[in-house]
Amino acid sequence: MTTESTAQPAASRKKSVRPVKSKRTKAEARLGWWLAGPAFFIMIAVIFYPLMQALWDSLFSYRLTAPDDREFVGLSNYLTILTDSVWWSGFAVTVLITVVTVAVELVLGFALALVMHKAITSTRGFVRTVILVPYGIVTVVSAYAWYYMFSIDSGYMNNWMGWVPGVDSDLNWFAQAGSALTVIMLSEIWKTTPFISLLLLAGLAQVPEELSEAAAVDGATWRQRLWKVILPNMKAAIMVAVLFRALDAFRIFDAVFIMTNGDYGTEVLSLLAYRTSIVRLEIGLGSAVSVLLFLCVALLAFIAVKVFKVDLARGQGGKS
Amino acid sequence: MLTTSTLLLAGCSGDDGTPVLTWYTNPDDGGQAEIAARCTDAAEGRYRIETSVLPNDAASQREQLTRRLAAGDTTMDIMSLDPPFIPELSEPGFLAPVPDDVAAATTEDTLDGALAGAMWKDEIVSVPFWANTQLLWYRKSVAETAGLDMDQPVTWEQLIDAARDQEKYLGVQGANAESMTVWVNALVASAGGQILQNPEAGADELVTDLDSDAGRAAADVVGTIGSEGLGGPGLPTQAENESMLLFRGDNGSFMVNWPFVWPATNAAAEEGAVPEDLIDDIGWAVYPQMSEGQESAPPLGGINLGVGSESQNQDLAWDAIQCIVEPENQSYYFISNGNPPASASAYDDPEIEEMFPMADTIRESLDQAVPRPQTPYYNEVSTAIQDSFTPPSQVAEGTAVETGNFIEKVLRGEALL
Repeated sequence: MTTESTAQPAASRKKSVRPVKSKRTKAEARLGWWLAGPAFFIMIAVIFYPLMQALWDSLFSYRLTAPDDREFVGLSNYLTILTDSVWWSGFAVTVLITVVTVAVELVLGFALALVMHKAITSTRGFVRTVILVPYGIVTVVSAYAWYYMFSIDSGYMNNWMGWVPGVDSDLNWFAQAGSALTVIMLSEIWKTTPFISLLLLAGLAQVPEELSEAAAVDGATWRQRLWKVILPNMKAAIMVAVLFRALDAFRIFDAVFIMTNGDYGTEVLSLLAYRTSIVRLEIGLGSAVSVLLFLCVALLAFIAVKVFKVDLARGQGGKS
Repeated sequence: MLTTSTLLLAGCSGDDGTPVLTWYTNPDDGGQAEIAARCTDAAEGRYRIETSVLPNDAASQREQLTRRLAAGDTTMDIMSLDPPFIPELSEPGFLAPVPDDVAAATTEDTLDGALAGAMWKDEIVSVPFWANTQLLWYRKSVAETAGLDMDQPVTWEQLIDAARDQEKYLGVQGANAESMTVWVNALVASAGGQILQNPEAGADELVTDLDSDAGRAAADVVGTIGSEGLGGPGLPTQAENESMLLFRGDNGSFMVNWPFVWPATNAAAEEGAVPEDLIDDIGWAVYPQMSEGQESAPPLGGINLGVGSESQNQDLAWDAIQCIVEPENQSYYFISNGNPPASASAYDDPEIEEMFPMADTIRESLDQAVPRPQTPYYNEVSTAIQDSFTPPSQVAEGTAVETGNFIEKVLRGEALL
């Protein structure tokens, strides 16, 4: 049956596309709706409803400990946020973390993917396990581990620095944005690079071996093969890795919360949303921060999907 | 319907039908659970108290309690409450009023500072359970070298000079955390000032009082210690535990901190983590003064007990609270967990004097102690102070007035925290 339909010329296939709604297809359609129904309702309950509720709450001045003082203020909360340096500072820090971690993870992840790809069969399982270990660790645990490593009171990083002549071994890593963000980003890179390498390994496996071999026969160097053959053929995998990881990095919370709680110039947008809604209990203002954060993430996704033409369903990417 | 009702009732009663009271406790060394068991026994079947442990830090405890109370959680029978957050919970009516007879019975011999922390708008809205205060801890050897008579009150200036001259560190809390507000409030109050002029006012009318000599004096102490490196390299991230570790070290000199440092340091000496002779070198005194001859206003902490307004067992809860705060239970809690009693008579226990030789100093300090600003907007006030006074090295003369302006802008919805 399938052989018949695929063997038809394109023109005749087009003609036969119009569906004939038989009893069977109607029943299948109904079944489809029944099967998709639970997922549909769950999405409404856990995504659509909270989003709409947050959007609605963001238009009010509403504090949890003053439930009777709820007042409609329109876009006033958004104006307050967007004219405050705290938001823009958080935005800058979030963008910085996103750009740096994704760029470094991409380079390291590709190197690790090559190692895993080229590892000889007998060691391949071991190599992959070792590389993937950090990704298996809960973010909270890894953040605490990195925090204690660099803590001025108990961390051994300062002890090591004490052995190096001319180095300040009394550096309080978490007391200024530069060093604190460095540790935060290191922990993120260490934890998430294996994820990138997994995605890139899948992409690497799809690069036709014969293309690379043919280029080698034609005298291309390894670097030329990398830039002209391997990377162009991995475009889809790279774009998907960048998209997933950028969206994830933009919503960074755990590592910052644990290591600095956003102090000393390390506050990110998700932490700002948390502090406004959950700590200050300012539901209206906090909802507006969350909505703005959602819009930033949505914009990021839109850019990736539309501008870079990432087709997640087909696993293809790149400008067409 | 019948099944649902049965299930709901089962949630409030034990298997044997005994009403179950839930006591939301702050984490401790098991003292509150033991007192819950004692009071359950004393109730002889009228109720059973079960404890539910809240998160570690005071701010997280406040968050969870507030969310539950705002949602009308009916299991909020007894709550261990940090005093600064009581107005915020009391103002919207989340706390059940304390019956007059309970208020009278539970506060008749309460120390002044602890009683002040249990009130809101001149009414007792919670019952003091235990009270806490910071002392001035000192290394006798350092004080002796500095020529300080520690039997007399000392000033911050003297401590700074002593640490500077001997190249030692002062144990203070410079982290961006609640401990910073504790320190700033004590400095401002000790200088005769206050952080808020009208703490009972609404957000729009609340006025700060940091643009004052007291506010500037407080900023001067924090800024001097921070900028001269007298608090050690860890100062910007240093809270109570870290300053205790600094104080125990070779460069320790003076430290302001809660009484927990005494049992903790004794335990460390027994384990061999610190030299045994360190204990003999440690002395204590009432909190340092801002200017000579002006009585200091030490920080006040502790825990009060409140009942949720939606609790279905309010009468039983007040009954249980009267049992929990009995002086013998407060004494037990001090001895077993190191948290000082709020009741004056609880200090009469001879075992207390044996285990805590500084008990009289604690009691004296509690009488002088001044609570942090009691306002429903305490969280905003405190967070703004923490943000402005950290890192301590950047605190300057203008920090006080800037903090005051920042607090007012935040409260009027004109700035984010």
